[in-house]
Amino acid sequence: MTEFFMNLGMNYEWAWFVATICGILLIALPLMLGVAMIIYADRKIWAAMALRRGPNVVGPFGLLQSFADGLKVFLQETIIPSAANKGLFLIAPIITFTVALLAWAVIPFNSGAILADINVGLLYVLAISSLGVYGVVIAGWASNSKYPFFSAMRAAAQMISYEVSIGFILICVVLWAGSFNMNEIVQAQKGTVLGFINGFVANPLLFPMWVLFLISGMAETARAPFDLTEAESELVAGYQTEYSSMAFALYWLGEYANVLLMCTLNAVLFWGGYLPPFDWGPLYVVPGFVWLLVKILFFFFIFSWVKATVPRYRYDQLMRLGWKVFLPMSLLWVVLVSGWLMLTRYGGAV
Amino acid sequence: MIQVFSFYLFAALTILSAVFVIMSRNPVHSVLWLIMAFFNAAGLMVLVGAEFIAMLLVIVYVGAVAVLFLFVVMMLDIDFAELRAGFVKNFPLGLAIALVLLAELVLGIGAYSAGALEMGHAAAAASPQIDGASNIESIGAVLYGKYLFLFESAGIILLVAMVGAIVLTHRERKDTRGQNIGRQIRRRPQDATVNVRPEVGKGVQL
Repeated sequence: MTEFFMNLGMNYEWAWFVATICGILLIALPLMLGVAMIIYADRKIWAAMALRRGPNVVGPFGLLQSFADGLKVFLQETIIPSAANKGLFLIAPIITFTVALLAWAVIPFNSGAILADINVGLLYVLAISSLGVYGVVIAGWASNSKYPFFSAMRAAAQMISYEVSIGFILICVVLWAGSFNMNEIVQAQKGTVLGFINGFVANPLLFPMWVLFLISGMAETARAPFDLTEAESELVAGYQTEYSSMAFALYWLGEYANVLLMCTLNAVLFWGGYLPPFDWGPLYVVPGFVWLLVKILFFFFIFSWVKATVPRYRYDQLMRLGWKVFLPMSLLWVVLVSGWLMLTRYGGAV
Repeated sequence: MIQVFSFYLFAALTILSAVFVIMSRNPVHSVLWLIMAFFNAAGLMVLVGAEFIAMLLVIVYVGAVAVLFLFVVMMLDIDFAELRAGFVKNFPLGLAIALVLLAELVLGIGAYSAGALEMGHAAAAASPQIDGASNIESIGAVLYGKYLFLFESAGIILLVAMVGAIVLTHRERKDTRGQNIGRQIRRRPQDATVNVRPEVGKGVQL
């Protein structure tokens, strides 16, 4: 995009600056619209599985429900509890929301359509996702109220636990792709299995890692059945209990942006990202971002499906799953994958 | 131009947040300023082209270590009056430590400006020079090539430390009722229920 603005007569620095700003807007604005529609979709899918109608009043088929909700919270009063730590109380939702947007910088939407094509793309995603916990923890502490505090403690423990196994799962993908760069990871999946299937998921050695990643992703974003941080039967609304108005809306948007990010990571790391499912000429006629979007929506449907059907985990079960099942298994898989690659790709001995 | 601007921005913010770490009265604020300092230090790392180290700094320190700090500090019940109570008593000691640190700083900077110390170039000769390789590749080549045994012994030391910490803090509790998930899944209805048809007035013997 920088060249386009340079052709308009700008020097390189300005062209780069304007191109980057445009890139950010091109990602952030559709993302916000996508989040609004995905909240609607989530409620509709959930309703359909519970044999209800879901939102159907505002706009055709209730399509504008999210915007009505947004307008509602926008007009509400921001209530700050008198015992709360004011500065941190207001910073916390901003952190959550900002962090939810940051990671999208390294997502490849098409070959070349990536805001920051950096060497350490996947590590960047890990780094950003490890920041997400602060929004929740600070909110819980700054609210100065017991339920948010319990929730913050749970969230911190939960996110750290599952980040460990996510890290190992991503190492398997990186080993196979031979790069941390997101674009190269997608390109490495081109015809990776039997020469015509695009996507690491069809690889028998990496398939279990995808299953683990999907479940860990749900735990990492605190989606049902791992939504212990906002378990309403125990903690009112968890860390959001004291929040109202736009501060609450920022949590809401940030949470769904994170869910979308997890779906996107599933698509990019295991299902070939913007590549079509099969390495066959005519399929490339469809633009890459359409394939990516289809995959993201598919994974979001799985997330909603699980939310609507699976009961919430108990806290000790959550910890057991993270530390006693996922961690040893992903650790074993790192050994298996690197051993296999050493045998086949890198020619036995060093 | 932009590099100079970003350097001074990150450096100033790092120092400023480091100052606030020791200045703020609330320990939770201190930890949050510490996180800010880590973050800006990562920014400085990116500026010198060490993006891998920068990401590791954020993942390890901000993402894990600082969360645990925050975890512990938030749990503390802080009495601010008590924190300030020993100020006069501890002031001379604090002053002495500050003076020692100042003297060391002056000495260090003085020695540095007098000329760099010759430390030898033992490592430089054998380490592989990879042109155009990314951070990760160069670090990997050195860490898993030349320093493989040092790296592995560091790993073993950490493992021993981890096992030691677990052994020291582990206590066997007899009164808890743990959940054996395998046993629960293996359990079938016929193991748990019996269907009896008692005669009228006889009752059931269980």
